Amino acid sequence: MSDNQQIQRDKEVDALYAEAVHWHVNTGDETIHAKRVGGKWRTFKWLTSSLWLIYFLGPYLRWDGRQAVLFDIPNRQFHLFGVTILPQDFWMLSLLLLFFAILLAVVTAIAGRVWCGFFCFQTVWTDLYTWIEEKFEGAPAKRRKLEQAPWNFEKIYKKGAKHLLWLIIALFTGIAFVSWFVDARQFWSDLISFNIGTTALTTLALFTAGTYVLAGFLREQACFWLCPYARIQGVMVDSSTAVPTYDFHRGEPRGRVKKGQQQGERKNGDCVDCNQCVAVCPTGVDIRHGQQEGCIMCALCIDACDIVMEKVGHPTGLIRYESLDTLNGNERRPLLKRPRIWVYSAVLAFSLAGIAYGLSALDAIEIKVIHARQPLFVMQSDGSIQNGYTIKVLNKTNRDMEVTLNASGLDGLQLVGADKPIVARHGKVTPKSIFVRVPRENIGAESVPIQFSGSGHDNHGQHFESVRQSVFIGPSK
Amino acid sequence: MADKNPFPGENNTGHIWDDNLRELTNPAPRWWMIGFWASLIWWIAYGVIYPMWPALPGGQGFTKGVTGWTQMNEYKEGVAEVEAVRAEFESKLAGMSAADILQNEELSQYTVASAKVLFGDNCAACHGRSGQGGPGFPVLVDDDWLYGGTIENIEQTIVGGRKGVMTAHGKILTAEEVDELGNAIVKGEPTSTPLFLQKGCIACHGMDGKGMALLGSANLTDSITRFLPDGNQTLLDSVKYTIVHGVNDVTDPATREAVMPAFGDRLTKDEIKKLAVYVHKFGGGQ
Repeated sequence: MSDNQQIQRDKEVDALYAEAVHWHVNTGDETIHAKRVGGKWRTFKWLTSSLWLIYFLGPYLRWDGRQAVLFDIPNRQFHLFGVTILPQDFWMLSLLLLFFAILLAVVTAIAGRVWCGFFCFQTVWTDLYTWIEEKFEGAPAKRRKLEQAPWNFEKIYKKGAKHLLWLIIALFTGIAFVSWFVDARQFWSDLISFNIGTTALTTLALFTAGTYVLAGFLREQACFWLCPYARIQGVMVDSSTAVPTYDFHRGEPRGRVKKGQQQGERKNGDCVDCNQCVAVCPTGVDIRHGQQEGCIMCALCIDACDIVMEKVGHPTGLIRYESLDTLNGNERRPLLKRPRIWVYSAVLAFSLAGIAYGLSALDAIEIKVIHARQPLFVMQSDGSIQNGYTIKVLNKTNRDMEVTLNASGLDGLQLVGADKPIVARHGKVTPKSIFVRVPRENIGAESVPIQFSGSGHDNHGQHFESVRQSVFIGPSK
Repeated sequence: MADKNPFPGENNTGHIWDDNLRELTNPAPRWWMIGFWASLIWWIAYGVIYPMWPALPGGQGFTKGVTGWTQMNEYKEGVAEVEAVRAEFESKLAGMSAADILQNEELSQYTVASAKVLFGDNCAACHGRSGQGGPGFPVLVDDDWLYGGTIENIEQTIVGGRKGVMTAHGKILTAEEVDELGNAIVKGEPTSTPLFLQKGCIACHGMDGKGMALLGSANLTDSITRFLPDGNQTLLDSVKYTIVHGVNDVTDPATREAVMPAFGDRLTKDEIKKLAVYVHKFGGGQ
């Protein structure tokens, strides 16, 4: 190594440790001002964060003259492109939630808190907010200085502009949220004319305030103390999960690089104790302490460490995605030999199959049969037994439909009150009281099965039918 | 209390017990003070907006609050809201006969829904919550009607009430005759015995034994009996009891009672109309 190179290196070492004094482990008593460095994980994080653009832009997609995806709560309808789902089909929602819950589990089992580190709104919004903060107030050291500084014009301008921009983002976050539940175009025009309803206004206010407080002030404290997912995800990780890990075999004993020291003279491990991994950490933890609850596994420390390793001439990857098993030299378990993966995959497949079945079996009409509770049966003057039923016809199409009711399953069955088809209103449940009379000798038992059906045509002539089982009740002797 | 403060320079009040237990004048936490003042403002605002102070001098009773809100008003507003929804239907109903209402699907549905309470208040005590009848009281859900099952008949029954009449035949008939008549009626073939004609049953129950709606006499040929067997009674016992003791016969203290009070002066015309439709819709209406 030439002298020039040596001087250059010494300068870098100086710069490295100049910052190191600032970083300590976060206990929540001061604002974390994380340093921003570039790198492949940083780029990856921007990419994953940009998925949230769907959240902002999604409500403006149109389909067939209406909003493509709309959770229309007042009308109790959920539009998903060409499909309209009514509350009666919402069991699919539970399967969808199950799917995402297990997806979270399987991803966590394989690669740790991927959701937390790259996708979670708390992470993404906090990242955006601190990015804005850095644009106005400068690097972490400057921000800390500004916090200590007395209130002058510069401070007011910087802080004011930052908070204003934060609030604008929060407001747009709120508007985007509401837009999934009311027509986005209508909502904007209502908003501009100060004409929005109480529910929309309350939701908007809560989301604006929530975004501002959570991303602007609570930040990593939300992950530490507020978030249940963070705790759940922590226990889904095991020793074969690949997570951002500090290779302590290689790094320890850590020690600072000394000026003028040659490569071969160093007795310490590869960790040069520059604290850069702590500096860039958005939650302020020290990855070198091993796995801990504060680590959201965003991999930004990997970027930071790699930069330092390159600078001091060590191989990169002192902090890298690695499982504890591999790190300790244990045999690496292949993905398919881990029972968790199988169980999770089975649940994923089950919920997907359920949703696929549900979507393919979305009937246009559906009937429910409610047997009269009192009296259970009535003897008629001709000796026949009459049962009363309320038939509820649900019409999921967007046109009213004439539905003909029918019953079968008993000899000599006579349907009273269903001679005319009933008009089933679209998107609604239409009830109809009907009676079934059966000669007493044809009723074999106290309770016998009976089958009801409702059928109708839409205006394209397509035939729909819905069938329900119920019981016919007669006297005990 | 110590004479001399042993902890000078500390913000204590000078109250010291047990050598070192002392009261400090630390301010309450900020969040607590915010909560305290917010509650105070809330309390004042509440007093201004809502009724708050009772028993004021000057006989005013209580402070009214600037909005004039009362629980009663809120209740009345709620009722008015419901009334407004009903008014549309009620105004239509007012000009219609019960038979006309039956022809209209929408109004029938409204009537059935809104008359449920009326039925519960006025009819259910005897006829059961769903018209299923009760011991000694007629079933309204079947298709057998003593006084006729048209909507007009039902209305008439509600307005004027009904009182069944049947002479106690215990002194007129021998035990054997009662037995023979009873068996014929249980079989549903009252005319199969000559006694039916000879003993004058036909006067009320008709030549064919099918009863007469005008008199309210029972149809003896169908499967439905007005008085159901009681306890361990067989159907035959029950029928014979009716023959022997009659219905509402003052000369027989053990007679069957069958009286429905008149509702013509208890309910409004519209209410009676609604009830008639409600009963007709039980399934047996003709």
